[in-house]
Amino acid sequence: MARITELEVNGTRRHLDADSDRTLLSVLRDDLSLTGVKYGCGEGQCAACTVLVDGAPAKSCLTKVGTVAGKRIVTIEGLAPAETLHPVQEAFLEADAMQCGWCTPGMILGAVALLASSPNPTDAEIATGLNGHICRCGTYPRIVRAIRLAAKRAAKKGVHA
Amino acid sequence: MANTPDYSWPPMETRQVMGQNIKRLDGPQKSAGRAKYTSDFTRKDLLFAAYQTSPYAHARVTKVDTTPAERMPGVKAVQVVSPAGTEVQWEGTEIVAVAAVTEEIATEAVGKIKVEYEVLPHLVREDDLTKAGTHVKAAGEKTVGDPEQAFQQAEVTSDGHYGIPVVTHCCLETHGQVIEWRGDHVNCWPSTQDVTRYAGTLAPNLKVPVANIDVRMDYVGGGFGSKFAPDSWGEVCARLSQKAGGAPVKLFLDRATEQLIAGNRPSAYAKIKLGGKKDGTITAWQSESWATGGVTGGGSPPLPYIIANIPNQRQNHSAVSVNCGPQRAWRAPNNQQASYLTCCAIEDFAAKAALDPLEVFKTNLNLYAPEARRATYAWQLDKAAELAEWKQLWKLRGQGSKGAVKRGLGIGFNAWAGMGHNSQCRAIIHADGSVEIEIGTQDLGTGTRTIITQVAAETFGLPVGAVGLTIGSNQLPPDSASGGSTTVGGVSASTRKASVNALAKLYEAAAPALGVEPAQLEARGGKIQVKGGGKSLTWAEACRKIGGGGSISETGANDSRNPGGLIAAGASGIQIADVSVDTETGVVKVNRYVAVQDCGLIINPRLAESQVYGAIIMGISTALFEQRVMDEQTGRMLNADMEFYKLAGISDIGDIVVHMDIRPENDKRGVIGLGEPPAIAICAAIGNAVANAIGVRVPRIPMTPDHVLDTLDGRAV
Repeated sequence: MARITELEVNGTRRHLDADSDRTLLSVLRDDLSLTGVKYGCGEGQCAACTVLVDGAPAKSCLTKVGTVAGKRIVTIEGLAPAETLHPVQEAFLEADAMQCGWCTPGMILGAVALLASSPNPTDAEIATGLNGHICRCGTYPRIVRAIRLAAKRAAKKGVHA
Repeated sequence: MANTPDYSWPPMETRQVMGQNIKRLDGPQKSAGRAKYTSDFTRKDLLFAAYQTSPYAHARVTKVDTTPAERMPGVKAVQVVSPAGTEVQWEGTEIVAVAAVTEEIATEAVGKIKVEYEVLPHLVREDDLTKAGTHVKAAGEKTVGDPEQAFQQAEVTSDGHYGIPVVTHCCLETHGQVIEWRGDHVNCWPSTQDVTRYAGTLAPNLKVPVANIDVRMDYVGGGFGSKFAPDSWGEVCARLSQKAGGAPVKLFLDRATEQLIAGNRPSAYAKIKLGGKKDGTITAWQSESWATGGVTGGGSPPLPYIIANIPNQRQNHSAVSVNCGPQRAWRAPNNQQASYLTCCAIEDFAAKAALDPLEVFKTNLNLYAPEARRATYAWQLDKAAELAEWKQLWKLRGQGSKGAVKRGLGIGFNAWAGMGHNSQCRAIIHADGSVEIEIGTQDLGTGTRTIITQVAAETFGLPVGAVGLTIGSNQLPPDSASGGSTTVGGVSASTRKASVNALAKLYEAAAPALGVEPAQLEARGGKIQVKGGGKSLTWAEACRKIGGGGSISETGANDSRNPGGLIAAGASGIQIADVSVDTETGVVKVNRYVAVQDCGLIINPRLAESQVYGAIIMGISTALFEQRVMDEQTGRMLNADMEFYKLAGISDIGDIVVHMDIRPENDKRGVIGLGEPPAIAICAAIGNAVANAIGVRVPRIPMTPDHVLDTLDGRAV
């Protein structure tokens, strides 16, 4: 069985020894202790397990670790340097866009990917872009507000959120 | 001090920290992915456990052969839960569990265990009572007044059939725990709504003294009423750890098992007849209702809901036993069902009488119970109508829009007690000026951490950043379960009392330096000062008077039977849904959803509003999408997943308008819980709005395209 011995995660080369058929979710959580990535359903329906692979959102519960060797993986822990927050994380705090917080890491990474491809999204684009992300506590209106806020601030600074 | 301290809340206009929109204190951890939930527990010696569960709804286990699993390398413990001879009563019943060095090995090993069954007959659906046979248990008839005569004399009568199915909690963090059983000591990290009582519930099964069980939890990924007890998996996890020589074992349910056995809300079905006068006065109620909460039956919605004093009533209710996973408390147990059944019957009566239902709800206010809440409902009905533009937008049932897409409005009401639970708090003031608050409570995402800190900061005259807080352990002063909207009242009262008590000691230490009696002091703006102006010490200077590196440590308790004016019971709300229904596709879309809600004194409006948003969105999800689908032939749940068990997404919810009813008369009542009440009326309001739009009653929640189209085409739903 093929093995994966190295992954590029959050800008760092991480050494490991994992069966290439395992899910990226399981490897990130159990082998690399990156527990910000969450298990929700195990079938790609809730997006709690979202990470960025080469900048694009990927559901790590459906992603075999063998398919991401050599690619840039970003989890919520690597979105901003230690002890700082990414502008989208800041916006989520400001808008109070969370309750239990389980969906929040995936939601934020989904929002970062959305803003990268669509820096000034309409509410409809936000809804379409994040519709696969389930928040059981029901914080959607504030998530939309947070993404609008992050987009507005980025536009003001002339940078991507 | 001889006198009882004054614990009362500071007047609304003088509050500095309470009432402020302080940002959620654990938000930075959550948004950075640093918040550690129980299922995030990692340690080098951690073992992973997995279950094999019953594929049958009703069967007898005849053989469990664990040898194939025991032979596998990496397997450390096997625990049979349902040995040969056990009668399994629902699909998903745990048969055997395996703990191994990886999750993959545990899953593979448990799958190799050979289990044999003798399959027995089952019943898994209760929607058609005529097919339920001996599974039906009548709860007896209840009669008030003279319903026969009242119906004979009624100028208007209406009949309706209504149903609301079983739905599942579907917490994003599934149920489970990590347990380490070393010698005579057990360490537990559960995902729970009740940190304080977890050990006491688990102890008898393990035959370990409660004092030897340590429970810790920092974060929980949703509960909604389904995570109160250690459950059978708590004991199984402990036994696996014991068998594995004391290594910590992580046992969390997978999504499918979670959907099958870790919580659902009972259904409710009813045939309801209302009688009354042409002016909308309701004089008679007759209902035949039934419900299931699993094998034990269960589910008894309090009918008629809120409008409880209808003078003539006949009620019959039956509990149906089905071979499905058992019910659990679900955010306002039985109230959603009761609100739906009652409000739908009221709007059908109004439609029959060709009256505006808003007026019918108001005409009958004198029948609402308790009487003390009638004036609030009257005000809220008008306020909600104003916000929903009822006068401009509401039309008689089915007489609205001309095209294929029809618009409609509907009303629902809610009531909940929300009295604070028993809670103890310790407030510690150190000589260096630092402050610590300790309570054995939990924050489900409702903002409990933030609320406690705001109350302590308000009392001490300090900013929230100056108050440290520890929760989430049974080694702290005991709190109670977070359920039934009881937490905010409990923890705010105990925190207020402990903080006032500690402050009184600080006044004693500081008074000599200020040359006054302790009773003349107050804490405001980071100072201990003489009331009415004059001399003061900074907080740090005052704390130094404690002296010698010492500390003040005082406790405070909330006794729910004797709350002492800080908290109260009894929240009310009115909600109005505005929907569009495409009569060609059957798709229901929420345009706007208005919620007017009171909950007494509000400590943090931003967090309070978040609770209302969350409750409404959960309600929209149940009104439009959610239902447990059972297969009669196989006895299995067809949507034990998140693909076919649909939850509302970000694009499904429309515009939500929340109006917190914070009039001074509500503030004066004290703190009242808010988790449940706004979650109650959504199926009612949306069900009514759909009927208003398309001119006929869709009898069954959820308002899915097939239910809508079947109703429009005259087919049975």
